[in-house]
Amino acid sequence: MLCNLCQKNPATVHLTEIVDDQMSELHLCDDCARKKSIQMEQQFGLSDLLGGLVEYGKQLSGTEKAPAVLQCPACGLTYEDFRKIGRLGCSECYTSFSKQLGTLLKRIHGANQHVGKMLATAAPSGPAPVPGPVPDARPTKTVDIAQLKAKLQEAVRQEEFEEAAHLRDLIKEMENRKKGSQKEKP
Amino acid sequence: MIDHLIQHRGGWLKGVGPNADIVISSRIRLARNIEGVPFPHWAKKPEAEHVLTLTKAVFEKTPLFKDSLYVRLDDMDSIDKQFLVERHLMSNEHAVRSAQKAVLINGEETVAVMVNEEDHLRIQAMTSGFDLEATWRTINAIDDAFAANLSYAFKPEWGFLTACPTNTGTGMRGSVMLHLPALVMIRQINRVLEAIAKLSFTTRGLYGEGTQASGNFFQISNQVSLGQREEEILDNIKGVIAQIIEHEEKARQALLSDHREMLEDRIWRSYGTLKNAHIISSNETVELLSMLRLGHDLGIVKGLNAALINELFILTQPAHLQKIEKKKLTANERDVKRAEIIREKLEVLS
Repeated sequence: MLCNLCQKNPATVHLTEIVDDQMSELHLCDDCARKKSIQMEQQFGLSDLLGGLVEYGKQLSGTEKAPAVLQCPACGLTYEDFRKIGRLGCSECYTSFSKQLGTLLKRIHGANQHVGKMLATAAPSGPAPVPGPVPDARPTKTVDIAQLKAKLQEAVRQEEFEEAAHLRDLIKEMENRKKGSQKEKP
Repeated sequence: MIDHLIQHRGGWLKGVGPNADIVISSRIRLARNIEGVPFPHWAKKPEAEHVLTLTKAVFEKTPLFKDSLYVRLDDMDSIDKQFLVERHLMSNEHAVRSAQKAVLINGEETVAVMVNEEDHLRIQAMTSGFDLEATWRTINAIDDAFAANLSYAFKPEWGFLTACPTNTGTGMRGSVMLHLPALVMIRQINRVLEAIAKLSFTTRGLYGEGTQASGNFFQISNQVSLGQREEEILDNIKGVIAQIIEHEEKARQALLSDHREMLEDRIWRSYGTLKNAHIISSNETVELLSMLRLGHDLGIVKGLNAALINELFILTQPAHLQKIEKKKLTANERDVKRAEIIREKLEVLS
């Protein structure tokens, strides 16, 4: 059987489509099938879907008007960015956009309350001391940087220069981000 | 670095375990992130490097990963990366954009952890056959070990925080790889898949997200990750899969009683082609091996074993052929080499 689209190569991919109980078949060669699947993906990406859900939420709530720029102070991602790429920037985004995400999560999962595994139960009962902050004490941004600076000093002392370079870059990055987001605040 | 894997057969390919005649493998993945560090797609280079350093240190002190392989993707060539995708040890997405990414694989090839894929950590555990409980026990223990040493991004009301809100909550996706040739042959598969979609489960092809079902293989997984406990989600999947298994078994029996000659003819022709072909494409291979697997499962073709057929599915893929030959091969050269390997492996049996 030849490909239905190009009529040149043998058909190797067979698609069955059912629309309103009407079944139609499409027989494609490798190349045409690949093109078709790319087309389909472009037409209907995940970010479109998420964007659609968010839009739908807005229409439902009617009068709600989004603030001019809704932005996560921790990572700089705007809500507009999220709508375009369908991905959040960091875990803080969940706090920064909590209102919008509450609605969105409900739409996606039909629920917005986690009932599964908790972090506390994940802690081991073994004798090994757990380094780092306790799960309940949420470290603030400044604590994070201070911790990294301490780690940097330790790395330098231990002559772990690769690690030190990387911590230095990281601290710089975080400080820049902080400055940036402070500037953008109204 | 990964060359030794070609001699190895992944633990999930053994062809054993509950319902192994229909269920190829059960797998669970958990999406986890580190508090205070931007998600991989939004992270700057040093932040992504920081995640690699942090997680590598944790992997090194986790006893479960004593004999494991850890590789950074930017240290691998494209064939090696494709090789790991073909073995289901990482996603295609992970292979394509490889800067600041790594993968950790245990000795049995039943656990793989991708670092800096869509989330900081994508932990995956796989078992041969239909056994989500065992898979959950394995992955839960690994998750606990990581949680003790990493500050996970977590909110009590929303659970584990992930880059995409479709994974928020448990961050868990359970999936089962099914071989459903009889449902395809009697043209009932679409009805089954439509029913599954209505129950908010998704169907994917052999290689997960974005791939088409081929050679009668279907991967079925949960869509919802928030508002249900892990065990509930897995129970739901188990319920659905048990029903599909029943349908497939009935379809196989119907074929045997009503169309035995047609069925035997297709199976023996497939076996004949596999044993004798000198040029064979990967699509044709998957289709014919699927028939051979059915012949073995129904006791029509004797003297074969499921593990060997499973192994042929893996070995005949493009990157595997090139690893075996230790050089780059054109598509035509691969078709010849593929046929040669299949003939050799099946020759031993006859």
